[in-house]
Amino acid sequence: MNIVVCVKQVPDTWAEKKLSSDDKTVDRESVDGVMNELDEYAVEEALKIKEAQGGEVTVLSMGPEKAVETIRKALSMGADKAVHIVDAGLHGSDALATSYALAKALGTIEHDLVILGVESTDARMSVVPAMLAERLGAAQLTFARKVEVGDGTVKIERLTDSGYDVVEAPTPAVVSVVEKINEPRYPSFKGIMAAKKKPLTTLTLADAGIEADKVGLAGSATEVAEFAPRPPKQAGQIVKDEGDGGTKLAEFLASQKFV
Amino acid sequence: MAEVLVLVEHVDGTPKKVTYELLTLARSLGEPAAVFVGNGYDNAKDKLAEYGATKVYVAGDAEIDGYLVAPKAEVLAQVVQQSSPAAVLIPSSPEGKEIAGRLAVKTESGVLTDAVGVEDGFVARQSIFGGAFNVQSKVSKGTPIITVRPNSTPPEPSPAQPTEEQVSVTLSDAAKKAKVLDRVTEKKGGRPELTEAAIVVSGGRGLGEGSNFELIEKLADSLGAAVGASRAATDAGWYPHTNQVGQTGKTVSPQLYMAIGISGAIQHRAGMQTSKTIVAINKDPEAPIFELVDFGIVGDLFNVVPQLTEEIEKRKS
Ligand SMILES: Cc1cc2nc3c(=O)[nH]c(=O)nc-3n(C[C@H](O)[C@H](O)[C@H](O)COP(=O)(O)OP(=O)(O)OC[C@H]3O[C@@H](n4cnc5c(N)ncnc54)[C@H](O)[C@@H]3O)c2cc1C
Ligand SMILES: Nc1ncnc2c1ncn2[C@@H]1O[C@H](COP(=O)(O)O)[C@@H](O)[C@H]1O
Repeated sequence: MNIVVCVKQVPDTWAEKKLSSDDKTVDRESVDGVMNELDEYAVEEALKIKEAQGGEVTVLSMGPEKAVETIRKALSMGADKAVHIVDAGLHGSDALATSYALAKALGTIEHDLVILGVESTDARMSVVPAMLAERLGAAQLTFARKVEVGDGTVKIERLTDSGYDVVEAPTPAVVSVVEKINEPRYPSFKGIMAAKKKPLTTLTLADAGIEADKVGLAGSATEVAEFAPRPPKQAGQIVKDEGDGGTKLAEFLASQKFV
Repeated sequence: MAEVLVLVEHVDGTPKKVTYELLTLARSLGEPAAVFVGNGYDNAKDKLAEYGATKVYVAGDAEIDGYLVAPKAEVLAQVVQQSSPAAVLIPSSPEGKEIAGRLAVKTESGVLTDAVGVEDGFVARQSIFGGAFNVQSKVSKGTPIITVRPNSTPPEPSPAQPTEEQVSVTLSDAAKKAKVLDRVTEKKGGRPELTEAAIVVSGGRGLGEGSNFELIEKLADSLGAAVGASRAATDAGWYPHTNQVGQTGKTVSPQLYMAIGISGAIQHRAGMQTSKTIVAINKDPEAPIFELVDFGIVGDLFNVVPQLTEEIEKRKS
């Protein structure tokens, strides 16, 4: 079973995130980058399947130079090799463009499964996995809280609002995972050392056959027209409970017509 | 006026409230046309008319419900092709976003998710980075496809007599790959669904143990609210993961959000910061949740919550 796992570098949740004022894209230079937390679960799941079934795990990431740190982390967790799509022409790509570029790169990597996180913590769109399945014509098995690999098939438990769906499909399939699926491992010292020697291929637009006018700011199908920091909230009323806190709160709720 | 398509989100035909919200929103932007996909149209018919759909596209093929997501995108793409709408509005649920994504690829159009409003010219208002920024975005290519969060527009009836059009679909092989073998419903009380509820009452680590969620449930029931939980509470197994609010849980935007025994970590805020009114009960006056509140009580939840529930019950009767 050959698996590609897609990882994205995102600004650290704890860092103050910014949009750059000249082109209204996420400022990725001035803040620390970390692996999108959900993608750690995707890497872990890929490694678990490989350990049980054999095969190879390839890391795929699209992002600036700096995203190499995140790729190295996935390699040090135990992935075998990596492909990094990096090109100045990609800056500002939206979901349509990102899924297109990832699909193009996937065309150059042999795979039975593609595993992704369910959502990136910066874009929070949760659309790239479905878009990728659409582009590849592969089965979409998303929001998985459990993955079972059979002979030429994959079965998942898809988390839903009211419980879960059991969904099955033939490979190749695109799987996205939620964070309840496993406990991601920490890279070991040995893993970190080994990662430095693992093959890492960089692809430019031309290398991957990506048409330049379909990616980047200009090629994207959406644009940010305006943005502003959220106006600070007016300070609320804070009351210390002197034995009548519940009653006071009920009064407030009634005054706002919630009761 | 050009049609604005609204994908009906429903359970066995009965539309969810967000459908009425989107029909109301569509009315302010163009000619609202509903797209109903799956079984049970009879349960939806009158309601869609009541909320102003001037046209309904119906794809009632039973086969559609047997596969995951892809068939719905295929139907929508077909309707978009034939009716050239001004835009497509889809509820911002996990499935809705996936349908939107696939539709965007099929029609080579831009997709915007999690809008909290849509204005003239199909400018979507979004709140990003856990509420730190307000953004206005536009689609610059193809048909604007916008997913809109529940509770963004108050639903208003506006009775219409919709024309009905049956859409016949032949699903592609690609759409029939992910087969749904079983749909399992895990414990579901009579409470409203988290993302749709007008009021959400959430509990966190401050509850101390799982059985104390009973306090939260009683309070929620007195207000007709949904129950949410922080990740600390779901990780501890005190409450189901499906009720988690936050960055890796659900995003809610109710009229009233109550955080009880929750500190207000940045990842929790990411899922509730756009709530209209926010209330907290916490014994630590320094808890960051108090930066967000309209009204806060510094005190022990085990004293405050029972008194609050009792007072609400008293006022109701
Ligand atoms: C990548 C990532 C994603 C995450 N995603 C989420 C997410 O989706 N949702 C989420 O919620 N968290 C998420 N977290 C976790 C988040 O960082 C916090 O750890 C979590 O929200 C804390 O939950 P809590 O507020 O219930 O617990 P705590 O932070 O421990 O707060 C408990 C609060 O209860 C108060 N308290 C205690 N006893 C009482 C009492 N008797 N009466 C009144 N108050 C009392 C305390 O003063 C304290 O403020 C995520 C973390 C990471 C790293
Ligand atoms: N630039 C990227 N490179 C690699 N994977 C990505 C990229 N963007 C998104 N993904 C994958 O798609 C998932 C969902 O992202 P999103 O749709 O942006 O919320 C992430 O968890 C990643 O696995």
